[in-house]
Amino acid sequence: MKTFPHALWAFVVSTSVAAQTLINGTGATFPYPIYSRWFSEYNKLHPEIRINYQPIGSGGAIRQLAFGTVDFGASDQPMTDAQLAKARIKPLHFPAVLGAIVVTYNVPEVKGELKLTPEALAGMFLGKIRKWNDPEIARANPETKLPAADIVVVHRSDGSGTTYVWTDYLAKTNAEWKSRVGSGTAVNWPTGLGAKGNDGVAGLVKQTPYSIGYVELTYAIQNKMPYARVRNAAGEFVRPELATVTAAAAGAAANMPDDFRVSITNAPGKQAYPISSFTWLLIPERIQDPAKRKALIDFLRWMLGPGQKMAEPLSYAPLPAPVVAKELKAISRIQ
Amino acid sequence: MGSRVATIEHLPRAKTPRTFFRRLRAGDHIAWAITALAAAAVLAITLLLVWELYSSSALARTKFGWSFLIGRTWDPVAGEFGALPFLYGTVVTSALALAMAVPLGVGAAIFLAELAPPRISDGLTFIVELLAAVPSVIYGLLGIFVLAPLMRRAGAPYGVGIMTAAVVLAIMILPFIVSISREALLSVPREQREAALALGATRWEATWQVVVPYARLGIFGSVFLALARALGETMAVTMVIGNTPQIGASLLEPGYSIAAVIANEFTEAVEDLHLSALIELGLVLFGLTLVLNALARLLIVMTKRKGAEQ
Repeated sequence: MKTFPHALWAFVVSTSVAAQTLINGTGATFPYPIYSRWFSEYNKLHPEIRINYQPIGSGGAIRQLAFGTVDFGASDQPMTDAQLAKARIKPLHFPAVLGAIVVTYNVPEVKGELKLTPEALAGMFLGKIRKWNDPEIARANPETKLPAADIVVVHRSDGSGTTYVWTDYLAKTNAEWKSRVGSGTAVNWPTGLGAKGNDGVAGLVKQTPYSIGYVELTYAIQNKMPYARVRNAAGEFVRPELATVTAAAAGAAANMPDDFRVSITNAPGKQAYPISSFTWLLIPERIQDPAKRKALIDFLRWMLGPGQKMAEPLSYAPLPAPVVAKELKAISRIQ
Repeated sequence: MGSRVATIEHLPRAKTPRTFFRRLRAGDHIAWAITALAAAAVLAITLLLVWELYSSSALARTKFGWSFLIGRTWDPVAGEFGALPFLYGTVVTSALALAMAVPLGVGAAIFLAELAPPRISDGLTFIVELLAAVPSVIYGLLGIFVLAPLMRRAGAPYGVGIMTAAVVLAIMILPFIVSISREALLSVPREQREAALALGATRWEATWQVVVPYARLGIFGSVFLALARALGETMAVTMVIGNTPQIGASLLEPGYSIAAVIANEFTEAVEDLHLSALIELGLVLFGLTLVLNALARLLIVMTKRKGAEQ
């Protein structure tokens, strides 16, 4: 019995000698599947580095990072100037992958794919377009016979990056939406029912005839839900898929600001799907611990290289090459 | 106590009997200190909670004052927050749920405790207690997939809404009312029943006029516990209430509750004022629970006095 504590002691010492660099991060739930994949793959390549990620939401992440209780954060929306000014620890924004929001619907009469204009989408979500056979919807779908049924709008009830991207898109394409509702993770909806999470919206749309809602592309693909083509800034009706989402980022890359804080909704380009968005890693500009600094920098390089190839199987769109090149340069700003 | 002292006196060879004995007599003090500490901890946690809610909601309290309670707009983008639709949703769903669950629950409890054969009573009680252990998300799913389509057929425009939430809540709180009321009824002394029967009362008269009034406090207790559960229920409610901050003209229209909006918006509340308003909603819910509990106590005191007068 007496030898046991010694053995235990030796075990404790030996593990603490071969100390792992433990990095704690917290943030958005939308990129959680790809992040957890990345962090576990990276740990297999570099067993001495363990990155721990808690998907608590962008709001909590921005707050925790500002107080320095985590090593990095992740957010579905870029931090505002006011938030950056207030933060004790200044983070840099690094786009990690791309996501998109699709418009899903339940109209029993419609078997094929609907085409929707930004005016139709804003009209429905403002409560101004109330019937499915409204001329604004019918004009874009001449081959489809639309019913005269009342539209039931379903939106997210929980605050989410998905809602931020969706309302950001509506605000960009519709002046009335911009002045009456605006954009944010949670807004004052003019009409419709709220449901919690992508699964909640999907469930309510499936349950409610003549309803329309918005969910993440990844979620819609995995659950084989119907979704609409949306008219983009170039006037094309574009089907949401990984290629058209990456095209949106490529279209926006030309005017990319140096801090990457940019919305790519309604991006230019014939192929661009208009309701696309980056999701960002928030890395502190100054990292005191040299081991952590090196680990995070190495990880970012890996993420922008081999890491991007893991995005597609998980239904995330990879970053376009010009954005990757620009980010690789920006890594040197981490001190 | 007596038996324990006796065994210690009979301990054959305690090394230092004196100090041992003394320490044991001090045991009273130790027990007092430990239990007092436990009681104080409960009080301290409650006070800390209120203080935390109060201080963290300072931003919203100074900005909106008392008008927070009567404001009807909830606009995180414009930074305008009012709690009335949520207060309405919380109070109305809970009240409707109680109105449905109390007669059912107390009725079932009376049957199980007084009228049913013991074997059926035990079996049914087991099932009722099983119901209490079902996670609330299951009730929520049941609400969405079974109840909401039924409500739509019954005339609710969307299926989800205040009434749907109330029905789901009623089902959820039913086991608490049945289980605790049954215990209260079973603890009524046998002599009470026998006396009533001896005076010529029928079985139902003995139950309704003697046993139930005797168990009144326990039954009230079950109702308060159920009310507290209904006020704070989050997951199941948010799945079926429609999550629309409005005071609809009809009970079939969608609404929103305090607990649901906090759970929905807390994680992604990026603006300080938004977060502060959500925390103030928590304070309002705490206050609401306090007021309703106080009213409940008052009710007990009043019925007690009435009983004494008779």
